[in-house]
Amino acid sequence: MNDTVELRDHSNELRHFHIRLTICAISVLLLFGLLFSRFVYLQVLRGEHYTTLAEANRITILPLIPNRGLIFDRNGKILAQNYTAYTLEIIPDQVKNLESAIDKLATVIEITSEDRRKFNKLMRESTRFRSLPIRSRLTDIEVARFAENRYRFPGMDIKANLLRHYPQGELVSHVIGYIGRINDKDLEQLEIHKQLENYRGSLHIGRTGIEKSYENVLHGQTGFEQVETDAVGRPVRTLSRVAPVAGSDLTLSLDINLQQAAIRAFGDFRGALVAIDPSNGEILAFVSKPGFDSNLFVDGIDHLNWRLLNESMDRPLNNRALRGIYPPGSTFKPFMALAGLELGKRTPSYAINDPGFFSLPGSTHRFRDWKPGGHGRVDLHKSLVISCDTYYYMLAHDLGISNIHNFIGQFGFGKKTGIDIPGEADGLLPSPEWKKRRFNQNWFPGDTISVGIGQGFNLATPLQLTFATMLLANDGRAFKPHFVKQQTNHHENFIKDDFVEEMYRLDLKQEHLNHVKKALTAVTQPGGTASRAGADTTYTFAGKTGTSQVINIKQGERYIASKIDERHRDHALFTAYAPAENPRIVLTVLVENGGSGGSTAAPIARKVLDYFFLGIMPEPIEKSG
Amino acid sequence: MITLDVKKTWYYLTRYIDNFLLAGIFLLMLIGLIVLYSATGGNTTRVISQLLNMGIAFVIMWVVANVPLQKIMRLALPLYVLGIILLIAVALFGEIHNGARRWLNLGITRIQPSELLKIAVPLMMAWYFDKAQITLRWRNYVGAALILLLPVLLIARQPDLGTALLILASGLYVLFLAGLSWRIIVGLIVIAAISLPLFWNFGMHDYQRKRVMTMLDPSQDALGAGYHTIQSSIAIGSGGISGKGWQKGTQSQLDFLPEPSTDFIFSVFSEEFGLIGNGLLLLLYMIIIGRCLIIAAKAPTRFTRLVAGSITLTFFTYVFVNIGMVSGILPVVGIPLPLISYGGTSMVTILLGFGILMSIHTHPKLVRT
Repeated sequence: MNDTVELRDHSNELRHFHIRLTICAISVLLLFGLLFSRFVYLQVLRGEHYTTLAEANRITILPLIPNRGLIFDRNGKILAQNYTAYTLEIIPDQVKNLESAIDKLATVIEITSEDRRKFNKLMRESTRFRSLPIRSRLTDIEVARFAENRYRFPGMDIKANLLRHYPQGELVSHVIGYIGRINDKDLEQLEIHKQLENYRGSLHIGRTGIEKSYENVLHGQTGFEQVETDAVGRPVRTLSRVAPVAGSDLTLSLDINLQQAAIRAFGDFRGALVAIDPSNGEILAFVSKPGFDSNLFVDGIDHLNWRLLNESMDRPLNNRALRGIYPPGSTFKPFMALAGLELGKRTPSYAINDPGFFSLPGSTHRFRDWKPGGHGRVDLHKSLVISCDTYYYMLAHDLGISNIHNFIGQFGFGKKTGIDIPGEADGLLPSPEWKKRRFNQNWFPGDTISVGIGQGFNLATPLQLTFATMLLANDGRAFKPHFVKQQTNHHENFIKDDFVEEMYRLDLKQEHLNHVKKALTAVTQPGGTASRAGADTTYTFAGKTGTSQVINIKQGERYIASKIDERHRDHALFTAYAPAENPRIVLTVLVENGGSGGSTAAPIARKVLDYFFLGIMPEPIEKSG
Repeated sequence: MITLDVKKTWYYLTRYIDNFLLAGIFLLMLIGLIVLYSATGGNTTRVISQLLNMGIAFVIMWVVANVPLQKIMRLALPLYVLGIILLIAVALFGEIHNGARRWLNLGITRIQPSELLKIAVPLMMAWYFDKAQITLRWRNYVGAALILLLPVLLIARQPDLGTALLILASGLYVLFLAGLSWRIIVGLIVIAAISLPLFWNFGMHDYQRKRVMTMLDPSQDALGAGYHTIQSSIAIGSGGISGKGWQKGTQSQLDFLPEPSTDFIFSVFSEEFGLIGNGLLLLLYMIIIGRCLIIAAKAPTRFTRLVAGSITLTFFTYVFVNIGMVSGILPVVGIPLPLISYGGTSMVTILLGFGILMSIHTHPKLVRT
């Protein structure tokens, strides 16, 4: 009984389902019929009307690319400019046999295989109706030669484009950066920021450095031109025009001559130098050596140069001043000394007896001083002048890691300074919380000891070190480091020059600052670690040497520079300000694998200061080999 | 010695594939590639990348077609629950693009969970009906409606009205095919007609209102939102009866059409192949839909009937909405033309649906007792 009901229900359900499905099928037919009648309406009844419209659809809006803003140094010397370059472009659709046409073209002007490769790549990514460049930077002779033979090359034409040029090349590459061709990723970003419209027609966009961080200022406003075109889209007549507005020019605080002096002072060494004006935070020199030629990137870098730059052991693309992180070594000690005084753990007269090492209570592990046998009686002043390690091992132990982290963090270690070029590294000022997060390990008392002399987990960029020294030289005033001094737009008669920003002011006892600063001045005088670099100056300068370890030396072993591979040798550091009593410049020198700060880094700083105060330009080095 | 038995291998590869349906799909894909080549102005990279999309989608279809129905049925609930969890996650931590919160960043990849629901919702509703008693009561319909409304509202909130409406449609098809009484259907239509003005005023974003207004009168905003519709109509209309010929459509080739390789690819086809091409394309779609309806009609259980019917009608909805949009009888919503538009996600979703249909049709029929 039950079974028959179920069966009946089942067939009943199936019947209902089929009815509904039929209704759907009929609806599908009807709706497709509706679509088809719409096509009949559009394509047959109104076909002629729409054909006329399509024919008349010849009004195109062409973008007018604005001139990119120029970049100058503080003396008005040009660092980035535009020039008109002639580019040979091809519309692939209008060329019958592309390969043989290009072969023929190559008999008139030079087309390298690299040019062809780039052109083929562009062609794959674009449509056959777009005009694509095959050769850029044609010489006047080449332009003339092509013009003569132009009738032989339908679908090819010469166009004038503005190209970017960096006349100072390698000298400022790490500051100015470069522009590159806009790619799909850029387009995505532009769309998100609702900027796509303004980049219609633009070929380039800032990739690194000032060119990137000030992109929206440098680029300008794209104009538009409504034109009537012929059947293949070539403009015939202009109907209306909105002129483009050129980008703003930028004047940097950078002094190209000081920059030059710094690079020469480095000689053969790799490294970084940052010089800043302590009264406002303006960057005066910013060197990462070796640099590279920014011009290589403007039109897409070729394979060979890219490999040379990217695979070089010297890592020329690495911005060491901005992104290189190094243990600050002994340049960390002035801040430790100030912490000791400010937090009441040391007085200027308190002295230790240095046996040449320090051990934690109950431990046999020896934290060694750089000088075997030790320095004897050491007070605060002497500890900085001769850079005693034991003094700071003890101080670090007495302060504890939290005090060190909180006090020294105020000088900007472990965080970005906020400088106006992109890609700055954070550096690292360790704390127990950080270690837990990073390694899931507890902080050991031994970790604190090496932090005291700027080793251990400590990492800082040359920029951060300069920033911290600026605070010292300024008695606690922090200015944001920045490159741009002035922004000018001639079209809009607009000048902006309020780029100086005082970030904060540390509340430090003047008496404590004076003790530390007096010791730093003594560093460059007889008896100090930088006495040789400080000999016979007509101005006073204060500083601190430092050495940052590249490899660890085992317990009981000694570091002997001559026995260690050049690339594993210590980095030399020197951070300084001058004149000592009224600082006008603060600078940090880092010499990669340079050995000790006093012998390599400090002399470089001296040469740069000699140029800054006395105008003595170092001799260029003779390239040997 | 082992000899590779070609015949046997071939049998195992194709035993769960419906050849008739497959032929239709391949034909449409081929047309899609030909139009894409023209729409991108001869860009082979795009065509190759689309071939890759098709390959991936095809493999997924094959795998799904080989899965027995009981397994697919068992997946209905987990898939649905997972989809809802992901939608809630999107509402809480989703990434915002163009003012809508649709994407979920999983660290390695970003996903758009609403895509999953396109399949999961009809599966879940059909499963729910299948679990009910032989005779469906009104509370079963209420339950199914709730299953449907939860994801639809979550997606509409993102806001992604287009996808929400599509999923709503796929669910309404299930309700309709499950035998929802005519009185209720008429009642719902009346309620919808009354609430439409309210929805217009309070339930829509400005840009959505603008789209509808533009559809009603494109010339109102000829250089803004109406531009797409006008240019697309010009493309179709100027194609005439026989079309301008492959790669010869001036509207498409001179960049007058928006997104000629995705949402507006039909305009390109229409301009270049004319009324004759359009008629043949519609016929091809109709044949595929007809075949799918037959599969639904022959399906053995309530679950399979409802799933097959809903997938088929949703496929039709895609085709109708896309073509209706580009020919100016529906508002511009971002819906691709199935099997023809460029893009991997929609290709996978569509072929996944066909995979389920094939599985329904080719696996041994189990009569429900």
